[in-house]
Amino acid sequence: MVQPLGYLKETASQTAGPYVHIGCTPNFTGIHGVYETDLGSGSMINDQTRGERITIRGHVYDGAGTALKDALIEIWQADAEGLYNSPSEIRGKADPNFFGWARCPGDMATGEFVFETIKPGRVPFRDGRLMAPHVNFWIVARGINIGLNTRMYFSDEEAANGEDPILSRIEHRVRVPTLIGKREGDTVTFDIHLQGDNETIFFDV
Amino acid sequence: MKNTPPETTPFFARDRDMHPPAYTPWYKTTVLRSPQRALISFEGTISEITGPVFGHSIINEFDNDLLANYAKPGEGPIGERILVHGRALDERGIGIGGALVEFWQANAGGRYRHKKETYLAPLDPNFGGFGRTITDENGFYWFKTVRPGAYPWPNGVNDWRPAHIHFSVFGHGFAQRLITQMYFEGDPMIWKCPIVKTIPDEEAIKRLIAPLDMNATIPHDMRAYKFDIVLRGRRSTLFENRMEGN
Ligand SMILES: [Fe+3]
Repeated sequence: MVQPLGYLKETASQTAGPYVHIGCTPNFTGIHGVYETDLGSGSMINDQTRGERITIRGHVYDGAGTALKDALIEIWQADAEGLYNSPSEIRGKADPNFFGWARCPGDMATGEFVFETIKPGRVPFRDGRLMAPHVNFWIVARGINIGLNTRMYFSDEEAANGEDPILSRIEHRVRVPTLIGKREGDTVTFDIHLQGDNETIFFDV
Repeated sequence: MKNTPPETTPFFARDRDMHPPAYTPWYKTTVLRSPQRALISFEGTISEITGPVFGHSIINEFDNDLLANYAKPGEGPIGERILVHGRALDERGIGIGGALVEFWQANAGGRYRHKKETYLAPLDPNFGGFGRTITDENGFYWFKTVRPGAYPWPNGVNDWRPAHIHFSVFGHGFAQRLITQMYFEGDPMIWKCPIVKTIPDEEAIKRLIAPLDMNATIPHDMRAYKFDIVLRGRRSTLFENRMEGN
């Protein structure tokens, strides 16, 4: 026998189920009067937020090409200078007018999610090289047993994307476009495919 | 929160062997919603190890009291009154202060307050079925509710969910994000449930079963169940390395 290591085990994930919105966005489901607003809902920016305004929109598609109507999407991103509004961000003080986190249920009729935000700045990889601007995504829904992590990069950042330490280590280059949001004007479209030829790259991070 | 320096190290690798895999065809909805390709792994960067802070100011007085947060004045929901309490910890056993814990559940009859819910059990006019709280500096949390009922769901022709409470937990880093479900000690339905069975590890299932905790009951009022939630731990700062370019 050896000494026990003594680590606890992470609690196992279970699906968010069909009613995740009751718990996380009750006003969206029509249950009013308990929470004033749904946490993480609404625009992520105000008049004083620094940075370039963008709208991120997209759908989450299943393996049959049907848009999920019951997904919940959360995003987490750096501010315009590339600083996260978090105690674990020790490189500087992030924009106080930018929280950096938001949550959006897919539209009940179309499944579309929308985030009104700013384009994030670049943040460093673990070895100090800069990563390309990206937004971190987390997707849960009925039928998803454990939340899915991915990132959205920007189509108008070709040079930065080309030297991004994460993107450049992806062996199957044909899959890289699944991580690139398509920018047209102020709108960035990012569709997530759970399966199929265009299956989005998901990360174990 | 405790006055300790913020942690800036990556999280331990996730033990995917005890989490449910994406594809579990006996839970039919996973068939078309499960990624088929391998996840791409990398050690957390600043994008994964950071996370927002939800201040206690977002929490209203009755957010952790499901007996009260939707009830008409002087009334309350039907059902067995229970206290659910526990602690958010990380894999090192360190309490996670300031964690946002959100929960939702069916009422005592097994019915959710949701437009798409069609189960014939009645809605309870005094029960919303959700709440939230933020853990104290040592990671402790509690809330009051009624024990939820089991309910049938469209999967197999006679599949029932055991009584359960859904939990969403937000620790200190975005990569700690977790949604899970709490079950109740002694419920024979647990071991028949296709969703429970997505978890391949029996010990991991047992860790989702909250024991009855008679020491925490409120005499003449409610019984208590204890549910600890463990989120990913972090690497030690002492041996933090800087990865060479690859
Ligand atoms: Fe449920």
